Amino acid sequence: MKKLLQQHEFVVTIVFFLVVILIGAINPAFFSIGNIFSLLKSMIIRGILALGVLIVIISGNVDISFTAISAFAMYTTSKIMLALFPEGGLLLAFAIGGLIGLLLGSINASFVAGMKLPALIVSLGTSSAIRGFMLAFIGVKIINNLPASLIAYSRSYIAKFTDASGKIVTLPSAIIMLIAVTIIVWFILRYTMLGRGVYALGGDPVSTERAGFNIKAIQYFIYCFMGFLSGIAGVLHSVFMRNANPFDIVGTELIVIASVVLGGASITGGKGTVYGTLLGVAFTVLIENSLIIIGVPSYWQKVVIGLIIVVSTAASALREKFAKLEIS
Amino acid sequence: MAADRSILQLLLIAIVVFIIMALLNPGKFLTLLNIESMAYQFPELGIISLGMMIAMLSGGIDLSIVSIANMASILMGLILTKMMPQNAANNQIVLFVAFALLISLLTGLISGLINGFLIAHVGIPAILATLGTSQILTGIAIVITKGYAVPGFPEIFLKIGNSKLFIFPIPFLVFLACAIVLFFLLQKSSFGIRLYLIGTNIKASVFSGIKVKSILMKSYALTGVLASIAGIVMTARTNSAKADYGSSYVLQAVLVAVLGGVNPAGGFGSVIGLSIAVLSLQFLSSGFNMLRFSNFATEFTWGMFLLLIMGINYFQNKRIKSSK
Amino acid sequence: MEQVFLAVENIDKSFAGVHALNDVSLKIKKGEIHCLAGENGSGKSTLIKVIAGVEKPDSGQIIIDNKKYHHLHPIDAIHEGIQVIYQDFSLFPNLTVAENLALNSQLEMRKKLVSWKQVKETAEKALQLINVDLDLNRLVENLPVADKQLVAISRALMQDAKLVIMDEPTTALTQKEVERLFKIIKSMQEKGISTLFVSHKLREVLDISERLTILRNGQKVIEGNVEEFDETKITYYMTGRNVSSNKFISEKKSGDEKPILSVTNLSSDGFFDDINFDLYKGEVLGITGLLGSGRTELALALFGYSPADKGEIHINGQKIHIKSIQDAMRNGIAYVPEDRLNEGLFMKQSISRNIYVGILDSIKKALGLINVSEADSIAASLIKDLNINADDPLRPVQTLSGGNQQRVVLARWLSTKAKLIILNGPTVGVDIGSKTDILEKLKELAKEGLGIMIISDDIPELVQTCSRILVMHKGKIIRTLEGDEIEEKAISNILNNLD
Repeated sequence: MKKLLQQHEFVVTIVFFLVVILIGAINPAFFSIGNIFSLLKSMIIRGILALGVLIVIISGNVDISFTAISAFAMYTTSKIMLALFPEGGLLLAFAIGGLIGLLLGSINASFVAGMKLPALIVSLGTSSAIRGFMLAFIGVKIINNLPASLIAYSRSYIAKFTDASGKIVTLPSAIIMLIAVTIIVWFILRYTMLGRGVYALGGDPVSTERAGFNIKAIQYFIYCFMGFLSGIAGVLHSVFMRNANPFDIVGTELIVIASVVLGGASITGGKGTVYGTLLGVAFTVLIENSLIIIGVPSYWQKVVIGLIIVVSTAASALREKFAKLEIS
Repeated sequence: MAADRSILQLLLIAIVVFIIMALLNPGKFLTLLNIESMAYQFPELGIISLGMMIAMLSGGIDLSIVSIANMASILMGLILTKMMPQNAANNQIVLFVAFALLISLLTGLISGLINGFLIAHVGIPAILATLGTSQILTGIAIVITKGYAVPGFPEIFLKIGNSKLFIFPIPFLVFLACAIVLFFLLQKSSFGIRLYLIGTNIKASVFSGIKVKSILMKSYALTGVLASIAGIVMTARTNSAKADYGSSYVLQAVLVAVLGGVNPAGGFGSVIGLSIAVLSLQFLSSGFNMLRFSNFATEFTWGMFLLLIMGINYFQNKRIKSSK
Repeated sequence: MEQVFLAVENIDKSFAGVHALNDVSLKIKKGEIHCLAGENGSGKSTLIKVIAGVEKPDSGQIIIDNKKYHHLHPIDAIHEGIQVIYQDFSLFPNLTVAENLALNSQLEMRKKLVSWKQVKETAEKALQLINVDLDLNRLVENLPVADKQLVAISRALMQDAKLVIMDEPTTALTQKEVERLFKIIKSMQEKGISTLFVSHKLREVLDISERLTILRNGQKVIEGNVEEFDETKITYYMTGRNVSSNKFISEKKSGDEKPILSVTNLSSDGFFDDINFDLYKGEVLGITGLLGSGRTELALALFGYSPADKGEIHINGQKIHIKSIQDAMRNGIAYVPEDRLNEGLFMKQSISRNIYVGILDSIKKALGLINVSEADSIAASLIKDLNINADDPLRPVQTLSGGNQQRVVLARWLSTKAKLIILNGPTVGVDIGSKTDILEKLKELAKEGLGIMIISDDIPELVQTCSRILVMHKGKIIRTLEGDEIEEKAISNILNNLD
C-alpha cells in the first residue's frame, strides 16, 4: 500500500475518480453519454500533443514550440490542399500536415541535438519564428471552405446514441487517432531501445552516451516526432472547427505541459508514463468542462487548474523530500 | 573577459540594427518623435525582462510575471474606478492614486513571496510553481473582472504613462530607475553576489553558509515587485486593466533575457546586456512598423534573431575551443 | 598468453590549448592486470576516454585484437569487448537494477526492441557472475554506493568483456569491499579478462597489478613489471620529485587549558550515538571509519547541516547550540566538503568570489553594498598566503588544478576567522605534490592555534598529519589512537577486523 501511494499515477487516479464522483453527485447529468462523449472529444487534440510533450519531458527537456508548429501545419496544409488538391483525400491532408510538422520539428532537433542547446530556449526562438512567418507571409485570414474530405471527416463518428432528451450524440472517429497515437507512444517508450534511450537520456545524458546510445539520433527522433504529432493535431483541429484559423492553438502550450506534469512526468527528466499523461489530460479537460455542470461559473476555470498544478506538484515535491530522508 | 566580449558584441548588434533601420526609413527613424515614442514603448517589456532576469539568475524562471502585473493593475483599477468617488477632489484623487500604487506594489510583493515559498520551501521546480501561480492569478483576475477590461483611470494616474519630466518620458525614467537599482543590487550588494552564486551551484551555496531559501524568497519577491511596476506603467499607458493583457510578454521576456546574455541555467547575466537587448528589439520593431511590416514580421524576426545569436555563439565557442 | 589485446600508439590529444596527451603509448596483454597510475591531471582519464572511444584523439592509433582504429566510436569499443567502469559508475538512476544490468547488452546486440523477460534473465545472470543478490526491481537511485558499483561491475562483465577498465574503483569502498573487488578482478583474470586498473592509491597499485604504466603531464614516464617498483619510486615517477612524509607531533598543552571543541553525548538517530571527544589547540584530530560509520554525519551535525538530536557541544568552554549552518559559522566552525566539485566550489565563478563569499556579511556597508575591490584584495592576500597558483583571481576557479581548488576552499574559511575547520577527505582528487603542501599547511595552522579535524580513509594521510585518531564504527567511536599507536598497519588492522 505504501509503495502504491508513492506512485504518483496511483494517487492522481484516486483523486481523479473522487472528483468524478463528486461532480456526478452534484449533477448526475455529468454521467450522461453526451457529456462523456464531449469530454472524450476534448481530450483528442490535447492528448495527441501531450503524448509528444511526454517524450520531450522524459528526455529532460521542455518544448513550447509545438503549438506554433501545430497552427502552422494546420493553416499551411489547408492552403496547400485548397490550391493543389481541392479534391484530395483525408489521408493526404494528414500526410501533408504531419510532414510539415516533422520538418519544422527537425529545426528544433538540429539546434538541440546539433548545438547542444536547451530546448526551452530554442523552442522560444522557433515558436516566434514559425508563428511570425505564418502570420506575416502565409496569411492571417480564417479559411472557411475546407476541402470536402476534411468536412466529411468532421461528421464521421464511431458511436452514436440518442440521449434521454432525444438529442443525438456522437463520438467522433478521430478518437481512434488518439488511441493509435497512445499505442504507438506506449510501444515506443516501453518496448523499443529508442524509447529506453529517451528514458536513459533523461536520467543521465553522460551515461547514455557512454553506453553507446546515439544521442543525436534520439533527439532528432524526439523533436521530429513531436513536430509530426503537432502537425497531425493541427489538421485535426481544423477538422473539428471546420475552418483553419491561424490564431488558434497557440497559447495552449502551458496547459498541455501542465497536463503531462500533472500525470507524473518529472520536469527534470527521466520519469513519466503514457497512462499518467492521459490521466493528466483527462483531469485538465474534466476541470475545464465540468465547472459549469456543477454550477461554478466558467471563469473560475483557471483558478482551479492553477490550484491543481500547485497542489499536485507540491505533493510530489514533498513526497520526494520525505523519500530522500528515508533512504539516507 | 568573456562577459565583456559578449556585451560588446550585443552593443555592436544594437548599433547595426539601429543604422539599418535608420537607412531603411530615411527621415523617419532618426527623428526626435520616433526616439521619444520608442522611449515610451520599450519600458513595459524592459521592466518585465528585468524581473525575468532575476529569476533566471537564480537558475529558475518566472512564468507568472505578466499575471502578477495584470493582477496589480486590476486591483489598482478597482480602487481608482470603483472605490474612488466620481466627484473626488484633486487632493483626494492624489491620495487614492498613492494608495492604489501602494496596493499594486504590495500585490507584486505578496505574489512574489508566494512563488518564492513554493520554490524555496516546498521545493516545486520554478517553471511549474510559477505556471501554477500564473493560472491562479489570471484566474482570480478573470473572476474579479468577469473577463472585462477595467477602463477610466484618473488623469493624474495616466500621467505616469503618458507625460514627460523635462525631455524624458516617465516610463523611460521608471525603467532607468529600476535598471540602476538592480545594477547596484546585483553587482555591488551581498544579495546580488549570493544570487549569482546560488544560480551557479546551489549545493555549494548551502555549504558556504548562504541562506539559500531566504535569498530565493527575496529574489522572487523582487521579481514580483518589478512585475507590479510594469503593471503600473502598462495601465497608465493604456488607460485600462485587463486580466489577460500582454500575455505574450512572458516568453518575450525570456527571449530578451537570453539575447541579453543571461544564462538559462543560472549564475550569469547583467543589467547592461539585458538593456541593450531590449533596445535592439525595440529598434527592430519600430523600424519594421515604419516599413509597414506587420507585427507578425517583427515576431518572426525576433525568433530568428534569437536562433541566430545562439548559432553565432555556438560556432564562436567552437572556434575558440579548436583554435587554442 | 603473451598475446597483446590492446595497443594504443602515439596518441595525441589537446583541449582548448592544453596538451592532455602527448605521444602516449600503452600495451595490455590478454588476461593481464595492468595499472595506470598518475596524479590528477596527468592525462589518465583522457586516455581512458580515448580507449573507450568517447574522446577522439588528434593523432595516433588504437589496435584492438590486431584491428586498427583511427577513430574509435564508443559502440566499436564495446563490440571489441572494452568495458569502462567510470568513477561515477555511469548508471541510470531512474531505471531499475534489472534494466541497468541489461541495457548495455541489449544495445550491444543492436536490438531495436526490448524483451522484458530477457532483461530479467540477463540481469539475473549478470549478478550471478559476481555472486551477489540485489532487488532487481529497485530503482538504482535508491541503492547505496557499494551496491551501485556492484551493478556497474556485473553489467560490464555481462557483455563478454575482454578488457575491463576501472577508474578509481576503490574511492567509495570500505576495506572489506575493496578486498571483495580484488577477488572479483582475480577471478576475471582466470577467465582471460584483462583489467586496466586506474588509481592514485599507491598501496593498491602494488597489491593488485602485474604491470604498471605511469603518466605525468600527459606523457608516459615509465612502464614495467610491478616488482620493479616500490612506493617511493612510484611517487617519484608520478610527481617528478621526492616527497618526504614525516609524522606530526602535537604540541598539545596539557591540563588547564580549555579544549577548542568539546563534544559530549552527541547523538543523531540512525547515524551516530553517544559521541564524546575533545579537540585541543595545536592538535590535528583525525576521524576514520568505514563508509556509513557515521563519520560524515558527525561532521555535518557539527556544521549544522543536519543537526544532532541530543548531546552538547562546547567551543572554547562555552556551550553552543547548532541548529543551522549559520549557527555553526557564527561559532567559528567551518566545513570543507568531500565533493569539491558539487559542494565546495562555484566552478564557473571567479577564484576571488569563491573566496570572499564567506565574508560578505562582515564587509557589508550601508544598504548591504559590498566594496568589491576591497573584497578582491582580501581574496588576493589569501591567495598569496596559501600559495594558490593563480595569475588572475578573476578567472573562473575551474581553470585551477585540484590542489589549488582545494586551497581556494580553505582560503574561504580562513578568511572567516574560523576557530575550527573540519575537512572531509581534504586531499581526495588532489595530486601528490599538492597533497603534501596542503597537509603541511594544515599542520602549520594547527600550530598557530586553529582547531583542525580531518575525516579521511586515506590511512597514510592520517598517519602523516594527525596527532590523534578516532575510529568510528556503526555510529560509535570504538578506538582512540595517540602517539606511537598511530601507525599504518595498526589502523588497517582495526578497519579490516570490524564485524
